[in-house]
This record gives sequence, structure tokens and C-alpha cells, in this order.
Amino acid sequence: MMLIPCPWCGPRNEIEFHYGGQADVRCPADPQAVSDEDWATFLFFRDNPKGVFTERWSHVAGCRRWFTVRRDTDSNRVLPSEGTQQARTVTT
Amino acid sequence: MSNEFRLADGGRIDRDRPVRFDFEGQQLQGYAGDTLASALLANGVHRVATSNKYGRPRGIMAAGAEEPNALVQVEAPFPEPMLPATTVEVRDGLQASGLPGKGRLATEEDPARYDTMHTHCDVLVVGAGPAGLAAALSAARSGARVIVADADTEFGGSLLGSGQTLDGRAATDWVRRTTAELAEHPEVRLLPRTTVFGYYEDNYLVALEHRGDDASSRQRIWRMRAREVVLATGAHERPLVFSGNDRPGIMLAGSARTYVNRYAVLPGRRAVVFTTNDSAYAAAIDLHDAGVEIVAVVDAREVVSTYWASLCVERGIRIHASTGVVSTSGTDRITSAHLSSLGPEGNHPTSVRQVVTCDLLLVSGGWNPAVHLHSQARGSVRFAEDIGAFVPDGTDQAARSAGAVTGVLATGKCLTSGAEAGRDAARAAGFDAELARVPDSKHAPILAARHLWVVPGSGDSDGTTQFVDLARDATVADVRRAVAAGMDNVEHVKRYTTIGTAHDQGKTSGTLSTGVIAEVLGVGVGELGTTTFRAPYTPVTFAALAGRERGDLYDPVRVTAMHDWHVEQGALFENVGQWKRPWYYPHSGEDMETAVLRECYAVRSGVGMQDVSTLGKIDVQGPDAAEFLDLVYTNKMSTLKVGRIRYGLMCTADGMVFDDGTVTRTAEHRYLISTTSGGAANVLAHLEDWLQTEWTHLRVHLTSVTEHWATIALVGPESRQVLADVAPELDVDNDGFGFMTWQEGNVAGVHARVCRISFSGELAFEINVPWWYGREVWEVLMAGGRPYGITPYGTETMHVLRAEKGFPIVGQDTDGTITPHDLGMSWAVSKKKDDFLGKRSFSRPDTARTDRKHLVGLLPEDTNLVLPEGAQIVEQPELGEPPVPMLGHVTSSYRSAVLGSGFALAVVKGGRDRVGETLYSPVGDRPVPVTVTEPVFYDKEGARRDG
Repeated sequence: MMLIPCPWCGPRNEIEFHYGGQADVRCPADPQAVSDEDWATFLFFRDNPKGVFTERWSHVAGCRRWFTVRRDTDSNRVLPSEGTQQARTVTT
Repeated sequence: MSNEFRLADGGRIDRDRPVRFDFEGQQLQGYAGDTLASALLANGVHRVATSNKYGRPRGIMAAGAEEPNALVQVEAPFPEPMLPATTVEVRDGLQASGLPGKGRLATEEDPARYDTMHTHCDVLVVGAGPAGLAAALSAARSGARVIVADADTEFGGSLLGSGQTLDGRAATDWVRRTTAELAEHPEVRLLPRTTVFGYYEDNYLVALEHRGDDASSRQRIWRMRAREVVLATGAHERPLVFSGNDRPGIMLAGSARTYVNRYAVLPGRRAVVFTTNDSAYAAAIDLHDAGVEIVAVVDAREVVSTYWASLCVERGIRIHASTGVVSTSGTDRITSAHLSSLGPEGNHPTSVRQVVTCDLLLVSGGWNPAVHLHSQARGSVRFAEDIGAFVPDGTDQAARSAGAVTGVLATGKCLTSGAEAGRDAARAAGFDAELARVPDSKHAPILAARHLWVVPGSGDSDGTTQFVDLARDATVADVRRAVAAGMDNVEHVKRYTTIGTAHDQGKTSGTLSTGVIAEVLGVGVGELGTTTFRAPYTPVTFAALAGRERGDLYDPVRVTAMHDWHVEQGALFENVGQWKRPWYYPHSGEDMETAVLRECYAVRSGVGMQDVSTLGKIDVQGPDAAEFLDLVYTNKMSTLKVGRIRYGLMCTADGMVFDDGTVTRTAEHRYLISTTSGGAANVLAHLEDWLQTEWTHLRVHLTSVTEHWATIALVGPESRQVLADVAPELDVDNDGFGFMTWQEGNVAGVHARVCRISFSGELAFEINVPWWYGREVWEVLMAGGRPYGITPYGTETMHVLRAEKGFPIVGQDTDGTITPHDLGMSWAVSKKKDDFLGKRSFSRPDTARTDRKHLVGLLPEDTNLVLPEGAQIVEQPELGEPPVPMLGHVTSSYRSAVLGSGFALAVVKGGRDRVGETLYSPVGDRPVPVTVTEPVFYDKEGARRDG
């Protein structure tokens, strides 16, 4: 049971959260302008590293806010955020 | 022969509280403080169980959770299968019998209650032996919040059974005083009878507390988050592998010592002790002093400890150095041990030199630190050559190990390492902790052990009676077979031989099997490592894990304001997510089909009423609400005028239908959207996701208001009249109150929002009132509708009515692979908007295919047939050789009152181009013909909508 640091509510049990997969996958600004291949990459392709992964979580049983977490997928440890990501709560 | 083997005094049993129990029909007596195992031994019962594969007699080998053999089925007070006799407390009325490996689950209802506790602490100490108690003392004195959990009925661990002294007094005195001091600290919680069985991320540990049958709950699960953890989990003694090492009467030396000192029980009269290390000598001395004849101490080492040798000489105990027990005799109990000299390597078979008569054989192959929890927490282990076992080697968790689990075996060192670990843990948790003073203990010098994995036997060169895992009946022969099959990894050998997979999870066999595999492969034990340790450390019942979350409390149940009325009317209910929705309202003597046909007919010909409060409702507010809704719905919502309603489809970015519902514009910057009953939470999460992470510039707020409004659908040609009667202020004329508009006004004296929405094709009104007034308004409408024969109807009738009109249900007629175009709902997809969720995907090559599965209607040629939902659709009347190409499947299927036949909705490849064709559906043993139709079966021109 991971302890996930919600930037609004503090550390809470994993069961209060919903997982949102890889962070920083941005929807193309003009979807109609991108190729089929690039659009498919946005829709379906995600990284799956063993090690540090930047990912999205939503505190669904709490404040319902989405935020970004860095986690080591091997140890399941949540790592301190890097620099400017510290205060970031959305993936824009 | 009552308690023939019980010593006249001593032990920690309560002789004033005798208890009577039943073992396999035999009435026996024990004492409070006995385990079933100690009570059986006191009565001379050694053979307890039968091995599960070979049916060999098996006895009691250990005195704790590591017991691989003595499995019992408890029948009373409540049936529980597969419990080690060494962990069952005896009590009056206990009824148990030995098992051949598997037990019987209770068939009757369990009357006991199971609870769950959630807690936090600064320092969690696992294990209350010398190290754990010393750790707890250091931590507790600093004022830290400390939890001490130990599986045993009382604290003390090895000190309870070793008979040793601390500060010149009985060690149990120190245990008593320490426990008493801990109990005095206000921030300390002591949990005896509590096994910590799981260690998860971020110091989350889960334990099972056995509270007993007289407690308010039989067992409790503890879910604990600790700042710091001290693992003082001790060590398990390792058996030795020789031919016939599984007979009753063969026992771990330290366990025999526990039986003598803690339970005042003699496990035999005439014993041989076989060891590779010093620890078994203490057992030999204690047993001798208690009256057991020690015939021989058989030591595999060339050189034995002078300290222990002198104690043996004083007592006339003979020591055989460089010798091993190579085999045994006996059926239900060992009768003799066969000794042979061992070469320095011990690898070549030797002949039996001496046969020694005995009824007890104590074995010690060294000690395996109980690294289970440390490893579960993903701590690494290393092979410690000095003790021939794996010890903790660092962890990323805020945890430290102390005592025997670190490979330290002398009591004094265990105490010191515990006190240090407790102090360090409390300091790490932010407390100003000092080292607690630990008592002095007598410390004999420890001579190096010999690592002896397999004792060669002349009579068993293939190893078929040399047991590695007694619980699984797995032998050296099995390990050799696995290695011969090419397996050189402990994980593979484990799965091939099943070693370590029994109830005990290899507590006695784990390291042993690694040693045996290493010997067969000719590699170092440390190179092979251990198998992965996983929770639970000891078996946990599902009843305990479920706690009170069973039956009615298994999942929250959501009911509407009108629920009690539905119950009173005899409605049957359908689960939709967590909601209970009325399914249909059978009259007496009606089956489901008759009731639904009656309800359908009433709605189409007169008036019906349905509770639709469960539909999800989300209040969308903000200056950018219109722009936001344009992005999430496929059609345009910004053009909707205040006072009007529009049906909308939502897609995910991949262009697949996600949800549908209505959008009501209640003000310039405010909309109320409805969702499917089961999809409400997901829709809200989906909308929040895009709003928070992609469209952060939009000023929009979302609020779930599902339970703010009770909603009643009043449906049918007579609905206008019924509404007019109970809401005289409302303009219900078609001209004044058009389709897809809403009005506010009094309905039955309650302020309501009334919408003209139809999910059946009939004239219909949806009346929304504050939840609190739901039942009141419902009853007034029922009474007002009585002259018109108003009929309450449920979800089944609603499904039939909407299917007759070809309205799909998201999640039933769609499955995440269906686009709006597949549903034939291109009319609901805007061509004017620059973008919305899903738009880009409609032009992906796969999504744009013309032969995708389309929603169509199906009419079986046999009008009496109702196709099963999920039935496949094929092209030909003969199935032919598989694989048979499947064209699609039935998604909804019912009998229709107005059609007078069965009908279905289905998704079929290129379906819209097949209208009029005959296809086939394999139902029963043959494909039946069906005609493909447009999905709208009834009132295609929509004439009934306005009444």
C-alpha cells in the first residue's frame, strides 16, 4: 500500500487514488493537423520503464485533483519531485 | 495415561486450570497455556498426521509456526482446516484430528465476528523475544508511539523455552518486568497473539490477531503504517536431511527444549541428539536434567566444543564426533537411529556402524534467520558463511533488523542489538532516545558449525526417503530430478518439486533446499540465493481479511428516495453499479415476461411511471461552460438556448462512445448534464481529467448533484393529463411545453423542474424534485394517475421500450469499440465544430472503415424466439469447419408486446448494408435464420412523441 503525496491533502493511502498513466503526454494543440501516425502515438503509445517514471494520479476519494508523481516502478517508491515540478499539479 | 509425560513441576502452564479436549475421539487433558502439540506430547501422542503424498506417519517436529508436519483439522468450537498443532491453544471442548495434508472448510455459517483495525505508530517492533523487547524498551522510554506484535500467546520468544538466566535470575523474570513496564507507557500498544504477515510499500504492515472464541471478535486484522520498523523476527531451526528423517519422534532440538522448559513436557524417554552446531547441546543438557536419557550426542563436526563437552561428561552423555545419523527405523514412532562416521567432506556414502535404540531423535542443522518480512519489504539478503544461512543485507524501507534474524544467536548479543535498533528507530522517528540497559547473560563461546546439507546414506543412494520439505513430501530424489531436467535456479526447482509451497511456505525447508540444490549442482549456496518471500507469512483466513465487509456491508448500497415504496409494491430489483433499481413489479401469479409485457402495454396505451433518480447528474457552471461542453460532446451544446434540452454523446479521444445523456441549459453559464446510472462517477472523473490537465484555461466547475434530485419519468399517451391534474399551474400543452424543453413549477405542491424528454418514444415528462420530496410527489402522481390506470414500471420494461425505438444503451449495445457512426448516430456528431473529443479519431483508417460493425435490428423468423444476448451472428445456415467467421453478436434482445414477437439489437459487420438480408445465429444446436432490419422497430416516424 503505497503512500502517495497529494499536493493538496498530504500523504494518503494508495486506495484513495486513481492511476492515470504516463504524465506529460500532451494532446496535440490541433489534432486535425497531425498525421494518423502521430495521432495514434498520442492515443495508444506509452513508456513502460523499469525505474523512474513520471506519472499521473488523481485523488478521487479526496480532493479529486490530478497531479504528477515520480515513482520508481521497480521499488514502488515515490521519489521527490525535481525542481519546478515540485508545485506542479497538472500535466500541462 | 493422562499426562504421563508431564513433569511434576515447572513450565509456564497453569496447573490450576486443567482443560479437557478431544483428539481423534480420545478424551485427553491438558492445561491452560498448552498448545495442542504440547498437550498431545504430554499424553504421549507423537503421531499426529499423515503425509499428503506418500501417506507416511508424521509427528510434531517444531514448537511454533514453522511446523511442517503436525497439521490438524479443528472441528470444535468451529471447523478450521489445516492448522499446525503447535499454534492451536488447547481449551475446554476443543475437538481436533490429524490430517493427511488437506482439511475441510466449514459448511455452516460462521457465527464469529472479524474486525479490522487501522493504526499509525512511530516504531513498530515485530517479535517480542529478547531483541524485540529490548528494542521496544529503548523506543518506548523516548515517548515514541510503539506497537509490539508477537505471534505467541505471551511475550518472551526464545526466553520462554530456554530456561536461561539474565542478571542471575530466571530470564522469564526479565520478560515479565519488561512487559509490565512497556504496558505502563501510555503510547505503547502490546499485541500478543498477533502475527505480522505482510510488509508492503512505505512501511505498511498487516497483522492478524487471534483474539479467541470468547472475544467480541475472533480475529482482527491490523493495518499499520509505521514511521520506523524493527524486525526482531528471530530464527527457525533447520532440520537435517537423512534417510527416514520424517518419522514421528524426530524433533528440532530447540523445540524439544521448549517443550521441556515452557510446557514441562518430556518429548521422549530415550533420546539421540544429532547436530552440526553448538545449539543442540543446550537441549541435550536440559532434557537430561529433566530426566530424559541422552543415549548419544552425534556431532557432524570433527572438533566439538570443550565447554559443552565438559557439561556432557559431567552427566555421562557420550559424544560421537565426525558422526551422523544416516537412517532411522520405526513405524508410528522412531525406534532406533543408525549412526555412521562421516568423512570430512561427508559426500561419500558410508556404511552403518552402530544402531542406537531411542524414542526421540533431536536434530539441529543450524538456524535460518526469519528474513521473510525483511524480504517482503524488498530488502536484500546475503549468505552468511558462519551460520550457513541467509541474513538481511540492507533495505530501502525505514526498517532495521535486530537479534537472531541478523544471524546473531547468543542471547546477550540479541539483547544488545535489539536495544540499539529500538533506540535508532526512535531517533529516526524524531525522538530523543537512549540505549536501554540490557541484562547480563551467560555467554558460552560458540564453535563454528558445519554446513551439512545431505547426510549420505548407504541404504538410500537415490534419496527417495531423504525429505527436504516434509509438508510437501519432497525429497532429495525430487531435487536431483529437477536438476537433471535442466533446472539450475531455486525458483524453477521450487515450482518443479513444490518445495516451499505448503502451508508453512518452506520455513524449515527453504534454505535447506537451496543447500541441497547447490550440492547437486556443485555450486556455492550463496550464489543460488533464496526464492522470493511473499505475504502472508502464515496462512490467513478470508473471513479475517473480509472483516465486517461481508453480506450487506460488502459494498455500499445506494437507494432512491422512493425505494421503500418500490419494496412495498413487491418490486424485484436490479443492481446497477451500487444502485438498487426496480426491475419489474410482478402482480401475484405473474412471471417476469408476463409482468414486463403488461408494463410495456400500459406505457404504450395509457400511462406508466418509472423512478429514474439514479441517472447521474452533473452541474456544470462557469463562463466557459458552453465551450467546455462543445469539447466533450460530439454535438454542439453552445447553441442550446436557456430553457432547452439536447441529447448528447460523449466519446473518448479514440473516437469510441463513452457515455450519453441529456444536456439541459439552465442559465447562460450553467448546464445540468445527465449520465448513465452506472457511468456517473467515470464521466465526472473523465471530465475533471480534461478540465484539469488539458483545458486549464477554461473557467468551469463540476459538481455531482445526482442525489440532489429525485427524478420521475411519467410516460405514455395519458401522461399529459395526469401531470395537468397534479400540476394545474403548469402549461402542459404541446405548444406551450415543447419536446426537449423544460419548465419550473409546482408539481403536487413541490417546486419542480419538469423536462420533456422521452426514452420510449411516447409522450413523456421527467419531473425533478428535491430528493427529500421524491416519495411524496411519487405517491401523489400515482394517486392522480389511478383513474388512467397508471402503472409503475422497472428497468426491464424501460429496456424493451427503448429497444423498440432503437435507442442504444451505452455499455450494453456498446463496448468501447463502437463509434457514434457505428451506432448510426452521425446526426449527433457535429460537422461544424473545429474539435471535440473523438473527432480526430473518426478519420483514422480503422475508424473510417465502411465494414465496421453497425448497430442493426434483428427479427428472428420464428416469432416466438427471443435470441440470447451475446449470441453470435454468422453468414451461412451451416457452420462448417471451424474457424467459422463471426459477423457480430446480439447486444439486446426482448419480447415485444407491440410487435407480437421477439426482436433484437445487434452489432454486425457492414450491418447497414445488409438490411433485408437473412443471417443466422447459432442458438442451441443449429443456426436459426434472422432478418436484418433498421434498428427502429416501432413508430419510425416519431408520431407518438407529442401525444
